[in-house]
Amino acid sequence: MKTIAKTGNEAMAYAMKQINPDVVAAYPITPATEIVQIFSNYVADGEVDTEFVAVESEHSALSACVGASIAGGRVMTSTSSQGLALMHEILYIAAGNRLPIVIALVNRSLSAPINIHCDHSDTMGSREAGWMQLYCANSQEAYDSLIIALKVAEQTAVPAIVSTDAFIISHAMERLEVLEDEEVQRFIGEYKPRFSALDLENPKTFGPLDLQDYFFEHKRAQIDDFSKVLGTYNKVAQEYAELSGRYYPALEEYKTDDADVAIFTAGSTADTAKEVVDGLREQGRKVGLVRMRMWRPLPVEEIKAALGKFKAVAVMDRSDTMADFGGPVFLETRGILYDAKKKPLLTDYVYGLGGRNIDISDILRVYDEIEQVAKQGKIDKLITYLGVRGEE
Amino acid sequence: MASLKELSKRTEGLVGGHRACAGCAASTAIRQILLAAGDKPTVTGICTGCMEVVTTIFPYTAWNVNLVHNAFENSAATVSGMEAAYRALKRKGKIDAEIQFIAFGGDGGTYDIGLQSLSGAIERRHKMLYVCYDNEAYMNTGYQRSSATPYCAHTTTSPAGTKIPGKPQKRKDLTEIIIAHDPAYAAQATPGYYMDLIRKVEKALAADGPSFINVLSPCVPGWGYPLNQTMNISKLAVETLFWPIYEWQDGKYKINMKPREPKPLVDFLKLQARFRHLLKPGNEHLLEELQAEVNRRWEVLLRKEQATNG
Repeated sequence: MKTIAKTGNEAMAYAMKQINPDVVAAYPITPATEIVQIFSNYVADGEVDTEFVAVESEHSALSACVGASIAGGRVMTSTSSQGLALMHEILYIAAGNRLPIVIALVNRSLSAPINIHCDHSDTMGSREAGWMQLYCANSQEAYDSLIIALKVAEQTAVPAIVSTDAFIISHAMERLEVLEDEEVQRFIGEYKPRFSALDLENPKTFGPLDLQDYFFEHKRAQIDDFSKVLGTYNKVAQEYAELSGRYYPALEEYKTDDADVAIFTAGSTADTAKEVVDGLREQGRKVGLVRMRMWRPLPVEEIKAALGKFKAVAVMDRSDTMADFGGPVFLETRGILYDAKKKPLLTDYVYGLGGRNIDISDILRVYDEIEQVAKQGKIDKLITYLGVRGEE
Repeated sequence: MASLKELSKRTEGLVGGHRACAGCAASTAIRQILLAAGDKPTVTGICTGCMEVVTTIFPYTAWNVNLVHNAFENSAATVSGMEAAYRALKRKGKIDAEIQFIAFGGDGGTYDIGLQSLSGAIERRHKMLYVCYDNEAYMNTGYQRSSATPYCAHTTTSPAGTKIPGKPQKRKDLTEIIIAHDPAYAAQATPGYYMDLIRKVEKALAADGPSFINVLSPCVPGWGYPLNQTMNISKLAVETLFWPIYEWQDGKYKINMKPREPKPLVDFLKLQARFRHLLKPGNEHLLEELQAEVNRRWEVLLRKEQATNG
């Protein structure tokens, strides 16, 4: 174990180097460009023996990854925002073919208007594609999660997206601890594909036409396998904790035991909110934080158990659903809590779209308001667009 | 080059039981291509389209070789990835066979929606053969026009009406676009001249880099001709100069068939329902335009051959 200073992008590129995949096919996009740029230097210097395919679009990047994965390779790529949107069609194909591809993603707004900064609209728009989704709070976690995700993906045959917040994590230098190359290789093990299009003895047709008579059963089987990801994740995260000393639950709770109210959020905002929680705790206020780390598949029971403890919860969404009903985390959380025995009052704060800064004072305000909700036992305003000019 | 006798002894890559239309040229072409490739292990990919749909309906498949279907526009990118994985796994000692890669796409998946993916794959110089089976429209979805559809052809989205006589634009010259990429080998062929096609597949697979063959594949329901005329029509396309069969390698053009006396284009057109409206009185000028365009392109091709072999 050694300690180094790296940005989120550098940390992800470093994890990719230690994983040493067979194929990386990628197309540059801000702010994820650095990941494959750094990785291409590893290729050029012979530090990995990966085939790096510098394709002409994100659509072809994921298409080439699908080909490489069906051929039996260990495969990764990286993208962000419009790039993930351009991959959207192929996300479903990768998942439907049970290909354990891993995307190192940097969360960035979707156009229009064009914007290169952080929100979660890109990955939230891909929720239904059948990919495991992990949201990281810092560079250390991005590094660790990429390694964990690869192993979970390969064990479950479910592809994975590991994401960091644009610029806030991707470009900010942090202290992190990394494993030795051999430790990573030992942890992930040799990749043994379930099938390969290069297996000449047993020729197969991959991605055939599948009509009314079989498609539904195949999808049902995929959904069934997808629901097993959480169990595998818990096991692998435990193994990783034994190796590294760092444990990442699918859902993280912070100072929640005796809390009356909590914020439920994801990504880098969770780290900022922890600071606020610490400060408020010193004042004797009973506040906590629940962080959504794995968002696909949904850790339903965990969310129910965690949020059921509070009188009131403020969901903080870094994207909107255009349903006129707040963000995706809010919508899904309300769905989860509908039949819960104990449920909190639930409000939504849509914040930080297009990289709008979220600071300690904003989060303090959310805690003030949610405490007020708990106290009066009712919600005045269900959905708040936090920090938007003309809204306050 | 493998003789017919040798080819007849090889294992078929595409076998019977698929659901292609009677008289389909594309299925014949793919069968011929896989026979030509058949002396070495071959792994294939295909775009969404007629041939994918009729050969892979789960739980059946007509493919005797590994086939990967991804989506409509990305057969070239998908096979790029397979070829990259092959190189990586070979380098790591996990694979020892010598495998050749062939990607297939129809004209929709190649001329149109898949052009970017194909262009990228050739530019990156993946060692693969890309075959376009060109039936000159989106036949799988019911005869809609593509950029490979010829001028004045009737399709369901370029119908011959009272004001507009079929597709108002000329066809895109994809073979020349690919040649501009400087591939290792490029050619036009058709299953009517099957030994020419087989020889071209062998050359393409032996070439050191990306190669491309554009195969004209007459389509019975789309073009509207009697189903026993497929091979006749694919030969007529060459004999009327509508579809010159030629190849390009190392900067040199070679026309493989120069009819001593080319047949008039109308001999090719009159057999097909998609051009029926052109034979009606008052449309003589369109026939003249079509003939003039075929002659012009032939002249250009002759000059290219002359200029690059001088």
